[in-house]
Amino acid sequence: MIGNITIGQYYPGSSIIHRVDPRVKIILTLIFMILVFVVSSPAGYALVTLFTMIAVFYSEVPIRYALKGLKPLLFIIIFVALINILTVKGETILFEYSFIHISLEGILTAGKMCLRLILLVITASLMTLTTTPIMLTDGIEKLLGPLKYIRVPTHEIAMMMTIALRFIPTLMDETDKIMKAQAARGADFDTGNIVQKAKSFVPVLVPLFISAFRRADELATAMEARCYRGGEGRTRMKQLKLTKTDAVVSGFILIFIAAVTTAEIIF
Amino acid sequence: MPIIVKDLVYTYLKDTPLKVDALNGVNLVIGDGEFVGIIGQTGSGKTTLVQHFNGLLKPTSGSVNVNGMDATGKNLKELRRQVGLVFQYPEHQLFEETVAKDIAFGMKKIGVTPEKINENIKWAIKTVGLSEDILDKSPFEISGGQKRRVAIAGVLVMEPKILILDEPAAGLDPSGRDDILANLSDMHRNLGITVILVSHSMEDIAKFAHRVIVMNDGSVQMDGSVREVFRRSDELEQLGLQPPQINALARKLSRIIPGFNSELITVAEAKNEIVKFLAKGGEPLQR
Repeated sequence: MIGNITIGQYYPGSSIIHRVDPRVKIILTLIFMILVFVVSSPAGYALVTLFTMIAVFYSEVPIRYALKGLKPLLFIIIFVALINILTVKGETILFEYSFIHISLEGILTAGKMCLRLILLVITASLMTLTTTPIMLTDGIEKLLGPLKYIRVPTHEIAMMMTIALRFIPTLMDETDKIMKAQAARGADFDTGNIVQKAKSFVPVLVPLFISAFRRADELATAMEARCYRGGEGRTRMKQLKLTKTDAVVSGFILIFIAAVTTAEIIF
Repeated sequence: MPIIVKDLVYTYLKDTPLKVDALNGVNLVIGDGEFVGIIGQTGSGKTTLVQHFNGLLKPTSGSVNVNGMDATGKNLKELRRQVGLVFQYPEHQLFEETVAKDIAFGMKKIGVTPEKINENIKWAIKTVGLSEDILDKSPFEISGGQKRRVAIAGVLVMEPKILILDEPAAGLDPSGRDDILANLSDMHRNLGITVILVSHSMEDIAKFAHRVIVMNDGSVQMDGSVREVFRRSDELEQLGLQPPQINALARKLSRIIPGFNSELITVAEAKNEIVKFLAKGGEPLQR
């Protein structure tokens, strides 16, 4: 009933990008995102775009998937473009009518902004597409590690994220099941105005909340029964280890950063 | 009210790397007033199949027709009124403040008159074997077995012409299980409705169904009368299904006692046969 939604949208594979350690992947993604914000020359833009394309190619994720993340942001991207086109004041006026000035510079800025947004979204989705949610939270926990010394409960935060991610599909299934069950006895989710539609979801939300709480309760009991006491002294089944792949990918990115910096200085 | 299924194929998460073929080419005709058991291992496509009967799932290809209504079409209201579907663990769908309101949910949606609603609630609550005192309680304060019955009553009040139950007895104690299934069997007899029972339990199906459909890997593996299907016990075992224990006993006895009927499928039948044998003082039974 709720279609094929893929959240925590992992695309199974074993490409070089899939194999990069999640910590390295998170850091490199962040660095790359900063880089996308910093570049300003056409050559810099060309390089970061090229790099994103290379990354998508090597990840073996179909382009359709990599671009899927853009859909919900389409409105924002168009909005940003319009604002830039209409407000940036430039020398070369292409069109003028009362308060509207459209200049060549405006269009160029708009293009740059949109390209930036698109690259950011693709990079971010590429990271989630090639890393399982569990690996991702493991990586985040490790990276937040130093914060432990200022009493940030990093393990608990990571555990909460893991559990939340883990239960998204379960709750989706549950929602689907309850919607079907209510539809089977006469509920109608598609017709009526907004108020009626919202009301028609009460028979779904009440059972869903009850089952979510029941699950949470059962999970807590199960964890305690297996002696879960928080992060202290806890070891992992899958240890994160840096490998050659990580070195190669990091090296490649460093070279790339150098290239972009040079391009920025020269042009 | 025949259900006609033609070349039904259904794929979950189509066009994604996670796609699963749940049904590959199912052909079936279920006639009026039949009591059909659908059996198969977990993941064999039983639940997916029955969800097509009231249009909850749309076929990836193929067609489903229920009493002349296309179950793949847009207008499913009438179809869903005629085809009642009780899900696995239906107690998880309860949400109203009182049991009575919850049972009335579907009827209110289709605009049944208040008098008729009351009448149907009383009838349904009796049919599932509960007393009327429960109607004013919250559905969250009654026991698990009672919840299950209330949920089933919520489907019965719609007066379906075809009633589909997906593992209605899963997780219930033996007496609750027998109760619910016996009530169903009575309803089938008294109202002449078509009942489709999805179950893992060969015992339950042997006791109540007339026809068995065995699903395996998304297709119909066997389809016939209960006796015909259970006669092929070796094949069933290969599919990971076990014929009723009493049938295994009957087959063993038939090897020792000449003439002993090897096709017994319920305890009552086996008892009669054994009594008959003992009455003859241990003589071979004449067929």
